[in-house]
Amino acid sequence: MIALVTFATGLLFGLGLAVSEMTNPSVVLDFLDIFGNWNPSLVFVMGGAVAIGMLGYVIRNRHTKPWLADKWYVPSRRDIDKNLVIGSAMFGIGWGLSGYCPGPGLTALTNNPAEAVYFVGALIAGAGLFHFQNYRKNS
Amino acid sequence: MDAYIYPLMGGLLIGFTTAAYLLLTGKVVGISGILAQALFSKERLLPVLFITGLIIGGSAYGVLIEPSVPLPELRNPMLLIISGLLVGYGTRMGSGCTSGHGVCGLSRLSPRSVVATVIFIATAILTVFLTK
Repeated sequence: MIALVTFATGLLFGLGLAVSEMTNPSVVLDFLDIFGNWNPSLVFVMGGAVAIGMLGYVIRNRHTKPWLADKWYVPSRRDIDKNLVIGSAMFGIGWGLSGYCPGPGLTALTNNPAEAVYFVGALIAGAGLFHFQNYRKNS
Repeated sequence: MDAYIYPLMGGLLIGFTTAAYLLLTGKVVGISGILAQALFSKERLLPVLFITGLIIGGSAYGVLIEPSVPLPELRNPMLLIISGLLVGYGTRMGSGCTSGHGVCGLSRLSPRSVVATVIFIATAILTVFLTK
């Protein structure tokens, strides 16, 4: 059951990215171009997603555990550390260069494979570099 | 206003999906984290299923959903590689991306996610400003 839910979540999330055109880096770059030809559409994407997401947390707070699992796995850290700030800045620069964040980069494997081979290859290499610098000694 | 119906519908679908996943499995949808689990963890089945579904769902673009502006022709591969390295490394270092911090984190008003989202949107806007 968890496997089916996980697959369906991926499927619907990908469909949501497609419907909202997050899958098109040209649209994303126009959204980020606030001093030029600004396209505000992604404000509606994030606004809609966060509005329903908040409703999810309101419901969560009335339950002691999820329906299909024994406990909540929601991140609980609240500290602002150097990694959060520097990592997010690196991500933003990379996002602004191409218009791809991780989800739309992965969906480009089918709808723009010529670009995706370079972006996704480098995405995996970058994630792998951080992983092996930080976790190899522990795993 | 018509131009914003699809973005709003897509956003509502993304929100519904993350809320349902939370209430069913107890977990947040963070694509950079799920990708890292699919690649580097010992329990790969669920993250691989998620990523497979994501790619199938996203491939509706251009098939079921008509692009409002064309997809980019292949841009400079070096730009795509530098971008991918920064996104891959930065999202692991910063513990999340547009989904994990921008949607799930903001939905629960996590202070870390609010800071991360402000930083990555601001640096992305600055990058577009400097490179266009």
